[in-house]
Parts: sequence; C-alpha cells; structure tokens
Amino acid sequence: MKTLFRRCPTTGLAVHKDADALIKANAVAATVALLVGGVAAVLVLLTRWQAVHLLSDVWFYRILTVHGMNMLIFFILFFEMAVLYFASAVLLNSRVAAPKTGWIAFALMVAGALIVEWTMLTGRADVLFTSYVPLKAHWAFYLGVILFAVGAILVTTIFFATLVVAKREKTYAGSVPLVTFGAITAAIIAAITLLHGAAIYIPTFLWSLGLMDVDPQVYRLVWWGLGHSSQQINVAAMVAIWYLLGALTAGAVVVNEKISRTAFVLYILFISMASAHHLLVDPGFGPSWKVVNTSYFMYMAVLASMLHGFTVPAGIEMGMRLRGFTQGIFGWLRRAPWHDPGFSSLCLSLVVFGFVGGITGVTFGTEQINIVAHNTLRIPGHFHATVVSGTAMAFMGATYYLIPLVFRKKISFYGMAKWQPWVFSAGMLVFSMAMTFAGTFGVPRRHWDITFSGAPFGVEYSPAVDLLFALMAAGGLVAAVGGAMYILVTVVSVFFGKPLGDDLSESALAGSVPPGLYTRPFAELPTDDDEAAQLKEHGRLGPMPGTMILVAVFFLAFVVYYFANWKLLSAMWQIG
Amino acid sequence: MHATGITPPQGVWWKPAHKSEKVWATIAFVWCMVLFAMMPFWHLRGGQNPSGIRAKVDPLAYQARVMEFIQDYQVGTDAGFPVVAPPPGSDVYLIGQMWAWLPVLQLEKGAEYTLHLSALDVNHGFNLYPFNVNFQVVPGYDYGLRIVPTEAGEYGVVCNEFCGVGHHLMVGKVIVTEPEGAQ
Ligand code: HEM
Ligand SMILES: [Cu+2]
Repeated sequence: MKTLFRRCPTTGLAVHKDADALIKANAVAATVALLVGGVAAVLVLLTRWQAVHLLSDVWFYRILTVHGMNMLIFFILFFEMAVLYFASAVLLNSRVAAPKTGWIAFALMVAGALIVEWTMLTGRADVLFTSYVPLKAHWAFYLGVILFAVGAILVTTIFFATLVVAKREKTYAGSVPLVTFGAITAAIIAAITLLHGAAIYIPTFLWSLGLMDVDPQVYRLVWWGLGHSSQQINVAAMVAIWYLLGALTAGAVVVNEKISRTAFVLYILFISMASAHHLLVDPGFGPSWKVVNTSYFMYMAVLASMLHGFTVPAGIEMGMRLRGFTQGIFGWLRRAPWHDPGFSSLCLSLVVFGFVGGITGVTFGTEQINIVAHNTLRIPGHFHATVVSGTAMAFMGATYYLIPLVFRKKISFYGMAKWQPWVFSAGMLVFSMAMTFAGTFGVPRRHWDITFSGAPFGVEYSPAVDLLFALMAAGGLVAAVGGAMYILVTVVSVFFGKPLGDDLSESALAGSVPPGLYTRPFAELPTDDDEAAQLKEHGRLGPMPGTMILVAVFFLAFVVYYFANWKLLSAMWQIG
Repeated sequence: MHATGITPPQGVWWKPAHKSEKVWATIAFVWCMVLFAMMPFWHLRGGQNPSGIRAKVDPLAYQARVMEFIQDYQVGTDAGFPVVAPPPGSDVYLIGQMWAWLPVLQLEKGAEYTLHLSALDVNHGFNLYPFNVNFQVVPGYDYGLRIVPTEAGEYGVVCNEFCGVGHHLMVGKVIVTEPEGAQ
C-alpha cells in the first residue's frame, strides 16, 4: 500500500503527475457542478414547499432543469472520471495511457457543460434533464450534451488503455484489486450507456435542426437506456468506493473475491434492460416485455446489490474481528472508527441506499406497483436515497481520503469534516422519506403549484401533505447545509490547505486527516492461519454473526414494504 | 496477507464461499424469484395491470374521434369543458394537450369502460386523484385501459408529466355516479 502515498516516487514522477493533475481537474469540475446544482436545489426546494413558493413558474422549471443536469450529469460524471483515473493509474501504480487525450476529453466535457449551462440559464432549454421529445430545446443544448458525452467516452477508453499498460508494464502482481474490478464494471457499463446516449442525442440534435423525426415513445425507450444505465454506473462506482473505504478506514477484507466479482459481472450482463422500469405505464410496450425487462431478467441486478449489501459489511466485520475486535456479536461495530468521515460516509451510504433507495426502487419498479408510483414524488424520493444518499455520500467520503492521497493536503476544518456525513445523510434521509410519503398521496413530481390556483378544477391534498412538505423542506435544508460543509472543507483544503508533508506518523497527522491514513488498518491484517482460528470461534451464526443479523433486519423491511405496496395497489380501481 | 479491496489478490481467487455467504445468496436468490413471480401472478389474479390495448394513432385522427365522442354523449358543461356521459361498456376518450384534459367524463360505478388516453402535442401524465393511479400519455400512441370505477365521487385528473410552463394548470375531472338502477 505504500504506493498509495508515493512519498518519494523515484520512478515515473512525471507519470504520476498526469494522473494527479487529471484527477484534480475532474474533481474540481465536479465540485463546481455540485455547487451550482446545490444552489439550484435550495431554490427548487423552497419553491416546492408551498409555504414559501419562492420562484415563479418559469424559473422553477428552468432551475429544476439546472439542478438535474448539474447534479445527475455533471457532478456525478466528472467525479466518476476522477474515480476512473484513480482506480487505474493510482491503484495499479501505473502511468496514464494517454494523458494528452485525457486533457482533450476534459476540455470537451467542460465545453459541453458550459454550453448546456448557457442554454438552460438563458431559457433556451426549459425541458428538464430528460428533454422528452417533442418538447424542444435549442439545438446547442443537445450539442453540449453530445460534447460532454464524447469527453466521457474518451476517458473511459483511456481507463481501459491504462489497464493494458499496467498489465504490460507489470506494475502490479496478481489480479487487479476488487476496487479496480468494480471500476472496470462501471467503465464497461459506461461504454454501453454512452452508446445509447449517441443513439438518442444525435438524432435528437438533428431533429432540433429540423432534419429528421424522432418518435416520442422510441425517444423514451432509448433515452432511458442511457438514463438508467448511467445510474448503474453510479451504483457500480459507489460499491467500488464502499470496498475502497472499507479497506482504508476499517481494514475490511474481501470475504470472497468470487462472490463480489460475480456480483459486479451481474450488473453488466443485464444492464441494457434497465430502461424498462421507466416505461411500465407507457403505451408502447406489452406486459411480457415489461415484466422481463423491468426485472433485468429475473432481478439479477437486484441479486447483485443484495450480495454487495452483504459482503461489504461482512468484510468490515471480518476485518475488524481479525484485528482483534471480537467481542460479542456487535463489538466490532461499536468499536468501528465512527469518527472517521470516510467510515461514517461508507456506512450511511450503505444503509440509506439499501434500506430506503434499494427497497423503494425494487418496489416501484414492479410492473403493477408502478401504477401507484409513476411520476409522483415517490420517484424523486427514491432516487435522492440512491444517487444522493448513496452515490454522492460515498463520493464525499472518498474525497476525505483523496485530498491527502492525491492532492497531498491536510483536511482543513477537520472537525467539520467529521460531522459532514452525519448532517448530509440525516437531512437527506428525512428529505427523501418525506417526499416518498407525500408521493403516496399522489402528489406529482416536477410540479410548481399543487394548490392548482388558476386551474379549471380543484384538487386538495390531505393536510398530511403540508406536514410532509415542511419535513421535506427541513430535511432538504439540513442536507444543503451538509453539502455546503463538504464544499467548504474540500475547497479550502485543496486551495489553501496545509501540505501533507513527509511525516506520515500519527503524531504529525492526527486531527488533520482521516485516521485510516496513519493507523493504516489495512496493513495490520493477520495471516490466513489466524483467519482459520477466527472462523472456528463462532456458533450458529457463522464467522460474521453481526452482518447476518443486519441483513436479516434488512430483508424483513424489504418484504414488509414490498407487500404493503401490493396491498395499496389492490385498493385502486380495477384496471387492465 | 489478507486481500482487501485495494490489494491485488495473488494466485487463484475463485474459491468456495463461506457458508454464511451461501445462505444469504440463497435467500436473496429465492426472494428475487418471488419478486419476479408476483408480476405474472398479478396478471392472473390481480385487479390492476397496466396492459391495456395499445396502438399507434395519428394525433389528428385521435382528436377527430374524441370530438365525435363528445358530440355523441355530451350531457352538459363544467367550467367550460364538455361533460360526457358515455354508456357503460363503451370506449371513452381523454385528450391531454397543453394545458388541459378534455372532456370531463361521467362514468357509472361498477361498469367497465375502455379508457383511451393520448396526447396531441407533447408527453403528459394521467394521475387520478385521490386514487393515485398514474399512466404516461404519449403523443401518437393510444393507450386503451379497461377500467371499472369502484367508488362513486368526483375525481381530479392531474398532469404529472412536465409539459411546458402551464403544466401545473392542467387539471381535468372524472365524475363517477351510482348506477341508475341502484338509486
Ligand atoms: C441538498 C441536496 C439536495 C436537495 C435539497 C435536492 C432537492 C431536490 C428537489 C426539491 C427536487 C425537485 C423534485 C420535484 O419537484 O420533482 C429535486 C430533483 C432532482 N434532484 Fe435533487 N436535491 C439535492 C441533491 C441532489 C443530488 C446530489 C443529485 C444527484 C446526484 C440530485 C438529483 C436530482 C434529480 C435528477 C432531480 C430530478 C429533476 C427532474 O425531475 O427533472 N439532487 N432535488
Ligand atoms: Cu400536461
């Protein structure tokens, strides 16, 4: 693991500099997008909260477009580009295959993003990030997206080329580490996703110039081939980061490489079916197509996530036990490094993603249950628990390690950094659950005024909705504070932070970087013999009893929520 | 040393899983099969499925058909919109367009209708309030859903797919009356 620190990289100094610089550039761009998207989030939030109703109708939809594009596309993808460089060049101790192309890609992505920002903010693209044809934006909007995507596909290509270079130049021995394997998964899915992207944005660009027709239903099919597959990139990247943070913060082991890697492969196999669960109540497709596709061929991707949901905590439990935290069933969990923002991010991400995002996602993606979920607030409630509480939270946690490892800076306001995951995650949890519940009353998503003043007919929601909106606003604002804390800590650390220095001992670093960096739990793991002894120690629940209990609780929650929704559905009008 | 997620595993890593992992993988797999089986099961036994009759349709032809439908069965107006009371068992039509639902439908409780949904301009979203029933309304496609209203009363039709700046003004109405014999 010494390579991670590269204290004195005698060989290939210039090469590592490329990786570092590319990671930095992409991470900074991601943070800028997060800031823009975050300001937009607060504006949108304070408008949906009918008690404040801040923006006008025109600006609400406009800023909602800005929020979706900046968060889901620019923030997430720029960060993922940084992850790809990290997982290839840094983890494999290799040079970047084509650094110049890396910079061209970065320039394309920035240019594309700027064009899109311009069209959105000047009112030329009030179409929301899904831009469903025939709602039309200025052609430059589609062009900007295409440029951004071309940049992303270049980085993906560089990632694969770097793997080849590392293998050929023998920069590591054995197989690629699991985290890299996860990043490979994300990159393969990215390649598939971006093909869908080309297949839809190029025709749509031509359509916006009046050069061809695009069928609205075909658009939705292919667009979601892009839109949802890209969420699977996020999941794969997030899971890879779970393994990364688990190792760095708690010395998590990989309990079984076969299981974890097979689970990653399952993500790839069925990914092109992912668009279906957005189309379950669409007129263009029949029931068999919907059933087979929405389940990604019998829920094999769900199976994969359930496997990771087990192996990640199991790896932490095993790692902690191997390092001597063997007391009782949950001793390892109590003694885990909760004060390490990398560790708390990992756990909060895992728990909220699984319990809220995962369970609601599978339930709403059921062909019939979708009737009582489609386009209501249940949907943004669900995905703020996946891509925000899950992916974004994991990315934030990883940043606290990337700053010392890549930027070679101490963390400024480290005390704030320790609190940040808790604030962000707690706020997001309340926010997304309040939205999900408001959605069960039928409250629509993407809607400026649910009092419907000026509409020909009135609709009045249950008073509970007012309360839920207030909770949503409170949770959202707390989360926004958490997001601001993150931006403050990272920006100040990167631009004004103290250099890490050469002394990597505890006394030099305590209180200014996450403890995993100087306690180095991943370097303390004992040998295989100890493991054998450790495995024998436990009774019926096996070698990771704590994890068994945790997943049992999860499973119960899943079953209850799933069948409660069937019950809800059965109370509706008969429809067939 | 033990492999973590950031160390390259040495040698062969395709090894048998621990028993706990096998137990969980089995539970998860069986659960996935249950999740899958519930959908065909509901098609056989459940009362709510989004199958419907699906066809492509020219928006202008659809509009003409709806106008004819309104002419045949109009019984009054409400807030300037025609109120249409088609006979039980018939095909009934709803148009989504910027930014209104046309017409107001008056249906009988317990009777079956085929409710056709389509849009003239952009995507719209059919949301039946307070019954939180949602369908995508796509221009150029006719979605014919067989419905049986199970409770009398007045229902709102909220648009829940963004359709331009007047999106939030797009509210329609469905009235369900007690069947005539029962009154
Ligand atoms: C403090 C953090 C955040 C808050 C308070 C927030 C709030 C909101 C609100 C109020 C909406 C509008 C829901 C609606 O009316 O339909 C929304 C939509 C959305 N948010 Fe966030 N959000 C946050 C962070 C994020 C992040 C980090 C991401 C992505 C990584 C994200 C992705 C989205 C997307 C994709 C939409 C849907 C936009 C659309 O429907 O067109 N949000 N958010
Ligand atoms: Cu509409």
